[in-house]
Amino acid sequence: MTGTASGRRVADAAWGVVAWIAGIIFVFPVIWMLLTSLKQAKDVTTNPPVWFFTPTFEHFANVFDSNITPFLLNSLMASVFSTLLVVVLATPAAYALSLRPVAKWTDVLFFFISTKMMPVVAAVLPVYLLTVEIGMKDNIWTMVVLYTSMNLPLAIWMMRSFLLEVPREVLEAGEVDGAGLILSIRRIILPMVSPGLAATALICFIFTWNEFFLAVNLTDTNASTAPIFLLGFISGRGPFLADLSAAAVLLSLPVLLAGWVAQNKLVRGLSMGAVK
Amino acid sequence: MTDVITRADEQTRTPPPVSRKGGARDRWVRRAPLLPALVFAIIVTQVPFLVTVYFSTLSWNALRPGSKKFVGLDNYVTVLTDDRMRSALVNTVILTAGAVIFSMILGLALAVLLDRKFLGRSIVRTMLITPFLIMPVAAALLWKHGIYNPDYGLINGIFGGSTAWATSYPKTAIIATLVWQWTPFMMLILLAGLQSQSNDVLEAARMDGANAWRIFTRMTLPHLRQYLELGALLGSIYLVNTFDAIFTITQGGPGTATTNLPYQIYQTIFSKYEYGEASAAGVVVVILTIIVATFALRVISGLFKVEEGR
Repeated sequence: MTGTASGRRVADAAWGVVAWIAGIIFVFPVIWMLLTSLKQAKDVTTNPPVWFFTPTFEHFANVFDSNITPFLLNSLMASVFSTLLVVVLATPAAYALSLRPVAKWTDVLFFFISTKMMPVVAAVLPVYLLTVEIGMKDNIWTMVVLYTSMNLPLAIWMMRSFLLEVPREVLEAGEVDGAGLILSIRRIILPMVSPGLAATALICFIFTWNEFFLAVNLTDTNASTAPIFLLGFISGRGPFLADLSAAAVLLSLPVLLAGWVAQNKLVRGLSMGAVK
Repeated sequence: MTDVITRADEQTRTPPPVSRKGGARDRWVRRAPLLPALVFAIIVTQVPFLVTVYFSTLSWNALRPGSKKFVGLDNYVTVLTDDRMRSALVNTVILTAGAVIFSMILGLALAVLLDRKFLGRSIVRTMLITPFLIMPVAAALLWKHGIYNPDYGLINGIFGGSTAWATSYPKTAIIATLVWQWTPFMMLILLAGLQSQSNDVLEAARMDGANAWRIFTRMTLPHLRQYLELGALLGSIYLVNTFDAIFTITQGGPGTATTNLPYQIYQTIFSKYEYGEASAAGVVVVILTIIVATFALRVISGLFKVEEGR
């Protein structure tokens, strides 16, 4: 048996090397982007590419010099406020669909998921015309509302799957001890689901921060978010690729961090809580 | 969207039974936490869709004032017989299917690799999910200018030649970018599937002398089936809506080679101002999505049932 066991260990190590190579290939375009953002202007558009160079931060400086702040603030506002609103709406709803369910909870649950499956192109025209009509086009609060509806189904399904993990015995013990509803929510349920709540919020943040279709169609100058800033960065002037890469690195960073932190819960959010 | 989607199965994971005692007041106490979210979702998602259905029955070009009149199903006839729309439909199917199938195959291979123990496994996993987290517009710009560019792109930089990848092979270029971004998604779902497989059973099969390939095809793949289905269906639902990559890399071109339905509708609204026609196309997309989504819901229900059974 020892022979096969050590044989398997060797095989595991070999497959581990393969996995490392695959990981490096997949992450390589991102590394390439990072390298480009640090190159001297003369090294950016060479062929063959330059691999060794003296790094410079001038492209990051250029990004900050090109009026990025309003875009960042808009993205931050849209992400933070819509995520807050989603959590405030989704958590009680998930509770009413799991621990103290309403009568037709399956219907409601599937109604929510079906709104997520609607292609957004099929609703954009009325929303566009209405926002123009009432003067809410190019307004960050319009984006907050739309992003909330975009993430709400996902958050409800995800929160529900976390709430269902609260053991019944714990809840019943609380009831026996005479804990009221509010008290048991605050003392028992919230502490147990708070990691889930954090993961849900992070995933909503990721989707909002990266959203492009609604942003490009419903904002002009006031409410434009980070992805729109990137598009504006493609200009004729000089080797723009390094500046563009620097901007792309900067703007991807918040979501990269959020995603790395939430990576254990990522699959659960992406599958609406169906897969743990 | 619509509540027309028929539920695949009443039996998802069962929460505690709804108590029948307690009168109207108890029912409203139960409903109260749900209502804000429900009302919000109906107003923000259902109402615009119903308005789109109404628009789809109008002949309405915003550039011709007074052109707004009822034409019944004419727009649908236009949409379904129009060459541009039909080519957009074909492109949507090719781009979605291509991206889903290739990201699924790669995702499966990577999930199998990550399911083993090796040094630095969590670092490799972090590297592998990174493409999914990059802002899609940033990823599209990176591929267009940093990788596909004929003069200084990474591909020609490493392998030589002067191919303009994004214009010579537009569909492949779009699919490759999408596959790079979506493989991590498939990998995560399939990895979760692999890790839910019972180790004891696998160990027993190994003891019985079954080789690795046989175990994989006879036991692992059947076990993974519903995870594969879930990945394919959720992936399709997200990827049917692909807009960022097309807008950024090819603008639907060259010609209409990469114009999919969302991009076509976008152009019909914002460049041609044919509001009626665009709305009809939007409704058609919803109907297509409902067909895919119905299967997706069945798979999700199935997974919940499995969880319950364990």
